[in-house]
Amino acid sequence: MTEAILQVEGLRKVFGAAVAVEDVSFSLAPGGSLAIVGESGSGKTTVANMIVGLERPTAGRVVACGRDRSRPPRSARERRERGHEVQIVFQDPYSSLDPRQSPAAAVDEVLRLHTRLGAPQRRRRVEELAELVGLDKRQLAALPSRLSGGQRQRVAIARALAAEPQVLILDESVAALDVSIQAQVLNVLADVREHTGVAYLFISHDLAVVRQVSDEVVVMQGGSIVERGPTSRVLDEPEHPYTRLLRASVPTLGWRPARRLTHFSTEAR
Amino acid sequence: MSSVVTSQRLPARPRTHRWRPGLGPLGTTAAVTILAAVALAVLGPALTSADPNTSDFAKAYGAPEAGHPLGYDGQGRDLLARLLTGAGTSLLGPLWVVALSMTAGTVVAVTAAWVGGRLDSVVSAALNVVFAFPGVLLAMLVAAVFGAGLGAAVLALAVAYVPYIARLLRSAALAERRKPYIRALEVQGAGAWAICLRHLVPNILPLIAAQATLFFGYAMVDLAIISFFGLGVQPPDADWGVMVASGQSGVLQGFPAESLMAGGCIVVLVVAFNVLGERLCGPARPGVRSSPRRWRFRFGAAS
Ligand SMILES: Nc1ncnc2c1ncn2[C@@H]1O[C@H](COP(=O)(O)OP(=O)(O)OP(=O)(O)O)[C@@H](O)[C@H]1O
Ligand SMILES: [Mg+2]
Repeated sequence: MTEAILQVEGLRKVFGAAVAVEDVSFSLAPGGSLAIVGESGSGKTTVANMIVGLERPTAGRVVACGRDRSRPPRSARERRERGHEVQIVFQDPYSSLDPRQSPAAAVDEVLRLHTRLGAPQRRRRVEELAELVGLDKRQLAALPSRLSGGQRQRVAIARALAAEPQVLILDESVAALDVSIQAQVLNVLADVREHTGVAYLFISHDLAVVRQVSDEVVVMQGGSIVERGPTSRVLDEPEHPYTRLLRASVPTLGWRPARRLTHFSTEAR
Repeated sequence: MSSVVTSQRLPARPRTHRWRPGLGPLGTTAAVTILAAVALAVLGPALTSADPNTSDFAKAYGAPEAGHPLGYDGQGRDLLARLLTGAGTSLLGPLWVVALSMTAGTVVAVTAAWVGGRLDSVVSAALNVVFAFPGVLLAMLVAAVFGAGLGAAVLALAVAYVPYIARLLRSAALAERRKPYIRALEVQGAGAWAICLRHLVPNILPLIAAQATLFFGYAMVDLAIISFFGLGVQPPDADWGVMVASGQSGVLQGFPAESLMAGGCIVVLVVAFNVLGERLCGPARPGVRSSPRRWRFRFGAAS
C-alpha cells in the first residue's frame, strides 16, 4: 500500500455524556476515494469535523499529508497549510456561501489566502476552476441568492479546490440536491478527480451514490465502524447485519447507478 | 460541461432573498419625518434670523408675531430658533450614544460568539447582571458623580446600553458563526479577524442598523430625561429636554407652548425612530421574511 494521504487512528469524540464517535480508524490513499456510510446520528459528520479541525478529538490522531492535525494549529501559517491539505464541502448548499459574495469573489478570496498570484492570474484561475465545476461567467458574477442548489454546491466545490487540497471531504454534499442535479454534481466530482488527483472522503447515506464514487467504504453505526472493505464487496455481500439492514432500507439500490449517470451525462453534454 | 446543464431544472429552494418594497406607509412616514428633522437641524440657523440665546424679557411668553412664528419663551427668547438649534443637540446626543454603544456592543458580541467557551459564558453572565440596571439611572448617577454635561451623559448612557445591544447581537453572531460558509473559511485557514470583519459583521449589519435605529429613539428619550433633570445639556444651550424642563414654570402660568412644542418634537421623533426600527428588524407582516434578509439584499449587493 502507498503512503496514506489521510490517516485516522482511534478517533473518539464525547459530547458531554454522549459518545458520538468511538475508536474510528481508516486511511485514504492519494487520489483514492473512501466512503463513510451510516444512518443519521452515527457520527459521520463528527468524524469529518475532527479531520478538518472544526471539532477537537477527545482521543485519537488525525494525520494528513504527514502532519498531525489533532491539535489546533499553532500559527497562522500552519492554519493555512492545513487548509491546503484537506478541504470540505458541506451538506447545505444554501448556507455554504456568503450571501453577500459572488462565487468569483469567494474563490478569489481563497486564492488570495493561499497563493501570491496577481489579480489577472487569479482571475484566470477563477475561470479555470469555474470551468472545471461547470459554472458559466454569469453564474460566477451572480450573488448566491440567484443560484440554484446545484450551482451553489459547484461553487462550494470550486472554492474548496481553489486551495488545491490533497483530500476533499464531501459531507452529504449532494444529499440536498434532487436526483438529476445530483448526477450532474457527481459527474463534476468524477471530472475533478480525474483532472486533479484529489482524494475523496465521501460521506453519504445514499448507497447508490456511494457505489458510484468510491473505491472503498466504511460502515458506521452508533459512532463505531462495523464493516469495511471494497465498495462492491461491502454493498453486494455485506457481512455485518447492520450493513445488510442499511442496504435493505435503501430503495434506490436496485437502480444501476452507472446507467443513471450515463443517462444524465449524455443529456447534459 | 456546457452551460445547458446549469440553465435549469431548479431544485426546490427556500425563497429567501426576495426583496419586497419594504417599509410600508407608516415606515415611510417615519423615515420621512426623521429625514425632515435632520434637514431642519442642519439648516436650522439659516431658517430664522432670530438668535436662540438673545432674551428680551419684555417679550416673555409673547405671542407669535411677524418673524417669530412660534412666539417667545419665558425669558423672551425666540421659540422657533430655540427649537431648531435644540434639534441639533437633541439629535447629535443620541447619535453619539448609538455610535459608541453599537460599536462596543458589536465588538463584545462578536468576540464572545467567536471565542466561545468560557469567555462566552463569562461575558453572558456579566451582561445579564448589568442588564438589570436601568440605563437612565446609571447615566444620571454617573453625571451626578462626575459632573453634569452632555458629554458625560452620552458616555454613561452608551455604557448602559452596551449590555442590551451585546446580548441581542451575540445570539445573531453565534447563529452566523455556526453557518457553513463561516466554517468553510475557517477550514481554509482564514484568520479570525478577516472572517469577522469581512464576513460575519457585514452579514449581521442589517440587524445592527435596525437596532441602532431603535436605540436612537431610546437614547433620545433618555437624554431628554437626563437634561430635564439638569444633568445633561446645560442651559442656556437649547435642547428639547432642557426646553421641556424650563417650560414648566410657563405651564403653571398658562403658557405651555415651550414645553408642549419641545415635548411634541421628542415624541414625534421617538415614535418615528421606533416605527422605523421595528420595520427594519421586526417580525413584519405575515409573508414578509425577517427583514435583515431584505436589508441584506438591498444594501449588501456589492461583492
Ligand atoms: N455539537 C454537538 N454537541 C452535542 N452532541 C452532538 C454535537 N454534534 C453531534 N452530536 C451528536 O453526536 C452524534 C453524531 O452526530 P453526527 O452529526 O456526527 O451524525 P451524522 O452521522 O453526521 O448524522 P447525519 O447523517 O444526520 O448527518 C449525534 O447523536 C449527535 O446528536
Ligand atoms: Mg452529518
